[in-house]
Amino acid sequence: MLHRPHHPVLDGTLCITGHHLIVSSCDKEPQELWLLHSNIDTVERRQQGMTGGTLWLKCKDLRILQLDVIGADQFAKVADTLEDLIRVEEPLLQYPFFYRAMYQILEDGWTAFMPESEFSRLVQPGDDWRISYVNKDYKVCPSYPSAVVVPKNIEDNDLIAIANFRQASRFPVLAYRHEGTAVLLRSGQPLITANGKRCKEDERLLNSVLARDKRGYIIDTRTQNLAQSAKLRGGGYEPELHYPNWRRVHKPIDRHHVLLDSLTKLMDGINDTSSGTDKWLSRLESSSWMNNIKETLNCACLVAQCLDQEGASVLVHDTDGMDSTLQVTSLAQIILNPDCRTVRGFEALIEREWIQGGHPFATRHARSCYTPSTQRSKINSPTFLLFLDCVCQIHHQFSCSFEFAENFLVMLFEHSYSSQFGTFLANNEGERRAMKAHERTASLWSFVNRPEVLPKYLNPMYEPNQRVIWPSVAPMSLQLWASVFLRWVVDQGPQEAAWTIVRELREKESSVRSQVARLRRQLQDLEREAVDVGILTPPATGEVEVA
Amino acid sequence: MALHLEDLYCFHYTASNDDIVKSMGWDMYNPAREYHRMGVPCDSWSPTALNHNYEICDTYPQELFVPASAPTKVILSSSKFRSKGRFPVLSYLHKNQAALCRSSQPLSGFSARCEEDEELLDCILHSNPNSSHMIVVDTRPKINAMANRAAGKGYENEAYYENIKFHFSGIENIHVMRASLTKLIETCQLVTPSMSGFIGGVESSGWLKHVRSVLETAAFITSSMVEGVSVLVHCSDGWDRTAQTCALAQLMLDPYYRTTQGFQILIEKEWLAFGHKFTDRCGHIQGDGKEVSPIFTQFLDCVWQLQQILPSAFEFNERYLLILHDHVYSAQFGTFIGNCQKDRIDLRLAERTYSLWGYMKMHESEYKNPLYRRDSTTDVLKVILCPQSIRFWRGMYNRFENGVHPREPLGDLLAATTEHTQGLTDQAEFLTKRITWLKSELELKSGHSQKKDTDNRLLEDGAQQNGDEKVSPLVGGLSMREVEESLVSVGALTVNSADAAVTPEKLSPGSNFIHPAQIIESGKRLLNQLSTYQSTRILSPEITSVALDWKTFRNVRECSCSTPFDHFSRKYHCWRCGEVFCTRCIDKKAALPGHLSQQPVPVCRPCYKDVTRSISVDTP
Repeated sequence: MLHRPHHPVLDGTLCITGHHLIVSSCDKEPQELWLLHSNIDTVERRQQGMTGGTLWLKCKDLRILQLDVIGADQFAKVADTLEDLIRVEEPLLQYPFFYRAMYQILEDGWTAFMPESEFSRLVQPGDDWRISYVNKDYKVCPSYPSAVVVPKNIEDNDLIAIANFRQASRFPVLAYRHEGTAVLLRSGQPLITANGKRCKEDERLLNSVLARDKRGYIIDTRTQNLAQSAKLRGGGYEPELHYPNWRRVHKPIDRHHVLLDSLTKLMDGINDTSSGTDKWLSRLESSSWMNNIKETLNCACLVAQCLDQEGASVLVHDTDGMDSTLQVTSLAQIILNPDCRTVRGFEALIEREWIQGGHPFATRHARSCYTPSTQRSKINSPTFLLFLDCVCQIHHQFSCSFEFAENFLVMLFEHSYSSQFGTFLANNEGERRAMKAHERTASLWSFVNRPEVLPKYLNPMYEPNQRVIWPSVAPMSLQLWASVFLRWVVDQGPQEAAWTIVRELREKESSVRSQVARLRRQLQDLEREAVDVGILTPPATGEVEVA
Repeated sequence: MALHLEDLYCFHYTASNDDIVKSMGWDMYNPAREYHRMGVPCDSWSPTALNHNYEICDTYPQELFVPASAPTKVILSSSKFRSKGRFPVLSYLHKNQAALCRSSQPLSGFSARCEEDEELLDCILHSNPNSSHMIVVDTRPKINAMANRAAGKGYENEAYYENIKFHFSGIENIHVMRASLTKLIETCQLVTPSMSGFIGGVESSGWLKHVRSVLETAAFITSSMVEGVSVLVHCSDGWDRTAQTCALAQLMLDPYYRTTQGFQILIEKEWLAFGHKFTDRCGHIQGDGKEVSPIFTQFLDCVWQLQQILPSAFEFNERYLLILHDHVYSAQFGTFIGNCQKDRIDLRLAERTYSLWGYMKMHESEYKNPLYRRDSTTDVLKVILCPQSIRFWRGMYNRFENGVHPREPLGDLLAATTEHTQGLTDQAEFLTKRITWLKSELELKSGHSQKKDTDNRLLEDGAQQNGDEKVSPLVGGLSMREVEESLVSVGALTVNSADAAVTPEKLSPGSNFIHPAQIIESGKRLLNQLSTYQSTRILSPEITSVALDWKTFRNVRECSCSTPFDHFSRKYHCWRCGEVFCTRCIDKKAALPGHLSQQPVPVCRPCYKDVTRSISVDTP
């Protein structure tokens, strides 16, 4: 017996395979549920004597399923098996390595966003920037891709020296260039230590980025105190003395387990629909999730402002530069760069900043908010979800400026936690290479960019917008993301139906527009013909108006 | 602030637009018609004339519907046993015979009873053959109702009233609501609020909680009615919480009330006729501050919540609610002046002031929800009212803060999409007609000339002759066309005068929004148009008189008259040139020569000049 949100109870047979949990009904109307084990965050048991018991399957897509199993033995077996299966962490046993795409791949997502082609937008020949392959074996910086963009005057040897001076070896690399001048860099924190270590190459790199008499900004997404105390643990921040033209700004953004705790509290509040409005609002507030969105967007806006309005270059880092740093650099690009608001551009952004940029998806998404806090590690975190939420907030405010629809973001959220595709596998490019993911698994992009699939993720209201879009970060402008957080609790059917209507309205508009254009041409031809044979008089001067 | 009602703006306001007649909208609500729509009078329910001169209850309307089985004596006694004489009457009859009735609290005190009142409830119960019990909803918190007993008021004792189920729904009183909204507004006005300050402020104001309790009560009434059980709703006086919950329950029950017209009827019926004290609650004139309370605002908030939860269920949009809200307070129109129907009749508002409904009718297109779909499967709204689905209404409470709203509001863009589609469809029809006509003319011609050709070939051989031959039909054809055209014009004029003769008849009450001149004009243009698509000129000005593309709203920061656009101001397209204008610059409507229907459509002033000039050129 299976209880699902917004579905009738399903009475059926349970089948557990290596990767899936399948419940299929015995009724006349075939109903089935397929659930990837990797989607299950936690299994909670509630045994009822010898008659069996109830399993609560809490999923990473935030859904909660209730599975009643008859018979105590059966119940225990099912629960044990599931618990073993959801904890399989060996990457090569994951479903993507067994999944075979049943469609023809037109464009391989694994090669669609190669650094060289992507960087060609950033680096022009004769530029101050170059592509470096110093990391081609992933030895200099394990979490970086094989190709990175660095200043031209910095040799590979210098980069190796800088890598030793930066947390997780993440030396400053180019993320984005705004209108050809101001640049956006990201890195790990400098390993200043309590002794005030220096690295000449690092100083040279950063100072060479700035044009003469130009100031740059270092946005540190930690609090001043945290950055200060990081010195004692071998980290730190760039002292003004040695980086004279860089101004440091601290814009704290919560990360790691703090963020996961926030999500846990949020979902606790959302899944409790029976208590009152007051309690819900106070839980929403104390979860701080909305505050995290506000702070993240705020920081991204600051970065975008520096780049766009002051034309100043910006370096963003936190501790190791794989979490809040990536949120900020990618959101700033969405604000500034119209390309990033297209489907392809957004995919490229995620590929560049997150997947090749070394956000450790496997580690961060191993556990999610339903895992009891005692069982999860400090490095599980919904960083990427927060980023998608921020994108969605901008999307709501600029509903015509994005080529993709909101459901595209929901889809990415789901696949980033549990997927048949290899795109979000492992923690970085080096690991994916080692397991030959690009040969042995299918890419999400190859699937989603197919003409059969993509249309349903397109935004019917899209009109390309070449401008910078400044979102409002006022508390009343930000909304809880209903189609991710509320969907299992409050039926989103009416909202989806409304989007279907929007789609119809837009399609009708464009079809009648082309019909009119066609008829106008046809009429013109006919009129010309009619003039030739004398049915119509040719236009006399003065009678024809300029419309 | 005004001291007397007669100092209010509505008594001095005159519409600048000649199209609005003063009487427009005042006759929109007709109680007999509305109750007839629900199937009343019927065997179980009949009208009563007892209150025709407001004898038994001056805050009730003249037309009341009571159980057919209830004797006059019962009604009279019941009204004496109810606070302010507001005895149980029919508010809505559902198609399953379940009745929604409303009243004020009984004057039961600690032990008093009134057998006639009990009998009246019994009559209500028995008017519905499908249920053996009925539900009495006291919308107040139990403790408030108990406290009222000390003042000789209170609530129905289940022991005295047979087969009733009593239910308290715990909606707070007007003073709590006033304080709650004040706190909410304070939160909205915080300068650079933090996220937790804002959510905390919304929480401690309690506003969303109150909105939800009103909606939940309405949902409870709705579900009882759907199950076939009749419901009597009251609070203390039965004009605040009762009006809110009864109106919302009907919105959920009956799709008619979710149309623009139906919603207005609902407001007329539940709020205006049944005596919600608009003047007191809105503080139209200086008076007791304790009487002021945002009860109607809260009702609109509830409607907005439903719009959010079910985006396709309502014919009208958020702007409609906001405009309605504005004018409930503005006192520019007479509609919401006074505290009850009697006040409004005494003030002769219908003669002396304009009605808001007339104004809104003129601006109908602004209030359309482009997502509205009438769907018979969702006659009764199913809403989940968990706390998570009740939201803060930014559009209302932060309305004048420009920066916090979506920069690309979907509603207006979709409205433009719909209008653009409409305009282009019209032109497509025009073009199709013209093409069909031309084709048939060409076929005729080619048939004709082919025949000529064969004749010619019979007579002579040679390409040169053929070429010459083509010239003569051209001249002949042209002169023939000219004759035809002038004939049609004469015809048009005669029919025009005939049309003008018919107009007084057409001005029946239902259609009195149409000015006679408009009818003549449109008739003239229609005939004109019939001849236009058969015109013998090249029609390029007609073809291009309809904008193929409309300029995007995006980045249009001000109108050409340099009026800045804020997020709330609706931007308009000129249907002819496709440019964007503000409401004042697009006050003209004209029929475009490229439209088949010849309906006047919004155009900007320069285009209006062009269109009217070209028409006067065409018209002999």
